[in-house]
Amino acid sequence: MAGAEGDDSLYPIAVLIDELRNEDVQLRLNSIKKLSTIALALGVERTRTELLPFLTDTIYDEDEVLLALAEQLGSFTVLVGGPEFVHCLLPPLESLATVEETVVRDKAVESLRKISQEHSPVDLEVHFVPLVKRLASGDWFTSRTSACGLFGVCYPRVSIMTHTFESTLITAVMHFRTLCSDDTPMVRRAASSKLGEFAKVLELDYVKSDIIPLFTALASDEQDSVRLLAVEAGVSIAALLPQEDLEDLVMPTLRQAAEDKSWRVRYMVADKFSELQKAVGPEITKNDLVPAFQNLLKDCEAEVRTAAANKVKVFCESLPEDSRETIIMTHILPCVKELVSDTNQHVKSALASVIMGLSTILGKDNTVEHLLPLFLVQLKDEYPEVRLNIISNLDCVNEVIGIRQLSQSLLPAIVELAEDAKWRVRLAIIEYMPLLAGQLGVEFFDEKLNSLCMAWLIDHVYAIREAATCNLMKLVEKFGAEWAQNTIVPKVLGMANDSNYLHRMTTLFCINALSEVCGQEITTKHMLPVVLKMSTDQVANVRFNVARCLQKIGPVLDSSALQAEVKPVLEKLATDQDMDVKYFALEAISGMYLFNLPTYIFSETFSFSSILFFFFSFSLSP
Amino acid sequence: MSAGGGGNDVQWCFSQVKGAIDDDVAEADIISTVEFNHSGELLATGDKGGRVVIFQQETENKSQPQCRSEYNVYSTFQSHEPEFDYLKSLEIEEKINKIRWLPQKNAAQFLLSTNDKTIKLWKISERDKRPEGYNLKEEDGRYRDAATITTLRVPVFRPMDLMVEASPRRVFVNGHTYHINSISVNSDNETYLSADDLRINLWHLEITDRSFNVVDIKPANMEELTEVITAAEFHPHQCNTFVYSSSKGTIRLCDMRASALCDKHSKLFEEPEDPSNRSFFSEIISSISDVKFSHNGRYMMTRDYLSVKIWDLNMENRPVETYQVHEYLRSKLCSLYENDCIFDKFECCWNGNDSVVMTGSYNNFFRMLDRSQRRDVTLEASRESCKARQVLKPRRVCAGGKRKKDEISVDSLDFNKKILHTAWHPQENIIAVATTNNLYIFQEKVN
Repeated sequence: MAGAEGDDSLYPIAVLIDELRNEDVQLRLNSIKKLSTIALALGVERTRTELLPFLTDTIYDEDEVLLALAEQLGSFTVLVGGPEFVHCLLPPLESLATVEETVVRDKAVESLRKISQEHSPVDLEVHFVPLVKRLASGDWFTSRTSACGLFGVCYPRVSIMTHTFESTLITAVMHFRTLCSDDTPMVRRAASSKLGEFAKVLELDYVKSDIIPLFTALASDEQDSVRLLAVEAGVSIAALLPQEDLEDLVMPTLRQAAEDKSWRVRYMVADKFSELQKAVGPEITKNDLVPAFQNLLKDCEAEVRTAAANKVKVFCESLPEDSRETIIMTHILPCVKELVSDTNQHVKSALASVIMGLSTILGKDNTVEHLLPLFLVQLKDEYPEVRLNIISNLDCVNEVIGIRQLSQSLLPAIVELAEDAKWRVRLAIIEYMPLLAGQLGVEFFDEKLNSLCMAWLIDHVYAIREAATCNLMKLVEKFGAEWAQNTIVPKVLGMANDSNYLHRMTTLFCINALSEVCGQEITTKHMLPVVLKMSTDQVANVRFNVARCLQKIGPVLDSSALQAEVKPVLEKLATDQDMDVKYFALEAISGMYLFNLPTYIFSETFSFSSILFFFFSFSLSP
Repeated sequence: MSAGGGGNDVQWCFSQVKGAIDDDVAEADIISTVEFNHSGELLATGDKGGRVVIFQQETENKSQPQCRSEYNVYSTFQSHEPEFDYLKSLEIEEKINKIRWLPQKNAAQFLLSTNDKTIKLWKISERDKRPEGYNLKEEDGRYRDAATITTLRVPVFRPMDLMVEASPRRVFVNGHTYHINSISVNSDNETYLSADDLRINLWHLEITDRSFNVVDIKPANMEELTEVITAAEFHPHQCNTFVYSSSKGTIRLCDMRASALCDKHSKLFEEPEDPSNRSFFSEIISSISDVKFSHNGRYMMTRDYLSVKIWDLNMENRPVETYQVHEYLRSKLCSLYENDCIFDKFECCWNGNDSVVMTGSYNNFFRMLDRSQRRDVTLEASRESCKARQVLKPRRVCAGGKRKKDEISVDSLDFNKKILHTAWHPQENIIAVATTNNLYIFQEKVN
C-alpha cells in the first residue's frame, strides 16, 4: 500500500502513473487499462482527491485512450470507496460525455448509466440529476446528445423513491421535449433514437400525453436523418401501447413514414418491418401492414425494395395463422413474382436469399405450382449472386418437395457458376458442393458433378485449389472411403505426374486433407508411395511440401511404414541442398519424435534450425 | 452595424494584408482557397504548399473600435503532403483545393480540407493546462533514484500559455478517380459530398472507408465525354437537395429523397444561348467555375468566365439576374485563350444577408454587385492602398473609345494578377480577398 518506506512494490505503480502522460499513445493506453491497479495502490482517498481530478482534465488525449478511460470508470465504484462515493466518478465522465468523438461519448454515457444504478436515490437526486440537467442544457450539442441517453435510466429510480414524483417526471419530460426541438439536427437525432427507450420507463399516461406528440413531431422533422430514426422509436412506442390506442396514436404517423418522400425513411420502415409487425399485432398487420408491405415491395427505389425483399419470409411467417395462406397467395406472391424479374440485381439477390423459405410456409402443392417456376427463373438469372443464393438455400426446398424436382435446372446453373470468370463466385459454389452432394445423392454426383470438383483442383487461383481440396475431404466424409478410393484418389494421385509443379503440389495438399478420412489402408497403400516418389522432385517447393505432408500423414500410418519408408526419405531430405527443404524435413522428424538424429545432421544444421525453433516457440508462448 | 447589408453604400477600407510583401512569389505560397467559419470568428486559407493557415478575429476592443476586424494567426498546419500514386504513376499535388468548416459542436473547431484526391477532417483545439509531476524523474527529465521513492505522486494539471493544436481526425481516401473540385457539408451535419470531374460521392463524417456514389456522369466510352462537373454544393437547409454545375454552363439540382442514385436530376437550370454571341469560345466561357446557394436557400449564384448569374430555385429557364464582371474582355478572348487565362476558375460569394455578391477579376480587381440597387463597383486589392483605414477608391476600366481620366485601359491590365478566391464574413461587412500570395482583409468604414 501507499506510503510504506522504501517499498519496492511502489516502483511498478510509479512507472504506471508516469506513463499516464507518456508521449507514446500505446504506453498511455496500457497505463489507462491498468487504472484499477493504480487506484488500488493509491487507496480510495487519494483516488478520489488526486487521481480523478487528474483524469477529469485529460480529455485532450487520443480517442482510444479516452475510450478506454470511459470504459474503466464504469466499473470504478469499489475503487473510490463504494456506492457512498460513486458520485466522485461523475466529473470525469461528464467531461468525457462532451468530447466530439461519438464512440467515446457513447461509452461515457454507457458508464454513466451503469454507475447510476449504484447511486442511492438521494445521491441520484443530489448529484446525478443535476448532471443530466447540465448536459441537457449545455452549450454544445455533444453534451446535449449525451443527455438524451441518460433520462431513461435515472428518472424511474428517482421518481419511485422520492416525494417529488410528479415534478421530477415533469421536468424530465420538459427537458426531453427541449432536446427534441433542438436547433441542431444532431441533438434531434439523438433524442429521436432515445425516445423509445425513454418511453419505456414512463407511465403509460405520460407516454400518451407527452411522448406521442414528441414522436409525431420528430417523425415529421425536416431532416430525413431525424425522421428515419423516429421510425424505430415508433416501433418501440407501439409495443408499449394497448391495442385500442394504436390506431389513433401511432398508426397515422407510421403510415405516413411508410410513404415518406425520402427513400431513406421508407427504407428504415422496410428494415424494421418485422419488429413493427410484432408490435402492432395481427389485426393491424392484416389491415395496414399488408398493403404497406406490398407498396414497399413495389417501391420505386431499389434500396427500399431490397430491404423489403429481405423481409418477405419473416413477414409471411409471422402473419396470423388463420389467414396466412390467403394473404400470401393473393397479396404477397404477386409482388414477389414481379421482383423475380426486377431490374436491380441486389433486389433479386435479396429475394433469392429468402424466397426458398416460403416453401415451408406454403406446403408442397403451392410450392410446386407457384414457387417452383420462380426458383427456376432465379436459377437462370444473369447475376451469379442470385443463382448462388438460391443454391445455398436448397435445403429449405428439399424438406418440402425434394431436390429432384429442381435437378434438371440445377445442373446447368451449377456448371455455369463453377466456371464463372470471377474466382469469388467459383469459391462460393465450391462451398455449397458438400451440401448439394448430400442432397442429390452419390449417383447424380458421380455422373454430373465429380468432374467439376476435379477441375477446380487445377484452377489457376490458389484459393480455389485450396477450397477444392477441402471440398474433397468433405465429400469423402459424406460418401465414405470406398467411394474415395474408386473415384477421386486415382485422379488426385494422377496429378503427381503433371508437368506443372503447382498441380503436383495440389496432390500433396489433397493427401494432407484426405489421409485421415480415407484411413490407414488407403493412405499407406496408395498415397504414401506417391508422396515418397515425389521426394526427388526437381522443384524445392514440392520437396519441402513432401516433408510437411509426411509429417501430416504420419499419425495415420503404421509404425513399420514410418520406420521403413518415411524415415529414410526424411533423412535424405534433411541433407537437401535447399534450406527450406532441410528445415521442414527436420521439423517433420522432430515433430514425429521418430528417430535419434544422426549427429552429422546436427553438426551441419543445428545452429540454424535451433534458432528458428527458439523463435518459433517464443512467439507461440504467451 | 447593418448586419452585412448596405451594399454599395458601404465604404470599404483597408484593414490588413497577410503574406510576404516582396515580389517573387514562391509557388507554394499561392493561396488556393479562403473560407470563413460559421460565426466569422475564424478565417482559413489553404495554399499550393498544402498548408492551412487559420486567422482568429480579435475580441472586440472598446478603446479601439477600428481594430474590431483584426485577424491574427491562430494556427498553421501542414494539411496535405505531395504524394505519388504508384499504381497510376501520378503525382498528387499537395495543393488545398477547398476548405469547409463544420458547424461548431463543442469547444473545438473542425474543418474539412481537400487536395485532388484526399479529404481530411481536422480538429483545431485549444489547450491551456498541462500535467506536471513524475514519480521517476524530475520535470526536466533527470531520473530520480528509484530507491528514494517512498510515496506515489499523481500528476496535476497546471495552467500554461494557450496552445492551439491541429490534429487530423479522419482521412477520407480512395473515393475519387479524378480531381476533387468541391466539398460541401450537409445541413444534417453528419454527411458531406465531394465532387470530382465526373462523379459526386456522399460521405458520412465518421466513416472513412466507404462513400456512396450519388452522381456518375462518366460515359461508358471516354471518347464520348462532352461535359464535366465543375462544382457542387448542398442546399443550406434542405438536407436532400444539392446542385452541381457543369462545363457546359448548366446547373442540375438533385433530390436525394427521390432515389439513392441521383443520375436523373430533378431540375435543370439552363439559359438558352444567344445566337448572336456564338463564337469559338462560347462553350469555354460558359463553363461554370463556381456555384453558391444564398444563405436563405432561395437563390443560387453561378460564376462563368465573364458573368455572375443569380437563379431563383423555382425558375429553371433563365437566371433572375445577370451581372457582367468584365465584359471588356470579350474582345480579348483570343489572347486570353492563348495565355490560358480563359480557363481560370473564379469563385464568388454572398454577403451575410444575400443583398450583395462579390467575385474576382484580373489586375487584382474584385467586383461588388449590389442586387437591390442594381449597382456595381470595382475595387482593387493593392499595396498602394495599404494604409490603415484607407478607403478603397472605385476603379474603372475603359471599354474602348477614348479613355477618360481615372480610367484604366484594357491593354494595361495585368492578367497575372488575378483574384480567384474571396470570402465574406457571414454576418458583418468584412471581406477576405486572396491575391496571388497575399490575403487582404477589408472592412466597412466605421465613422
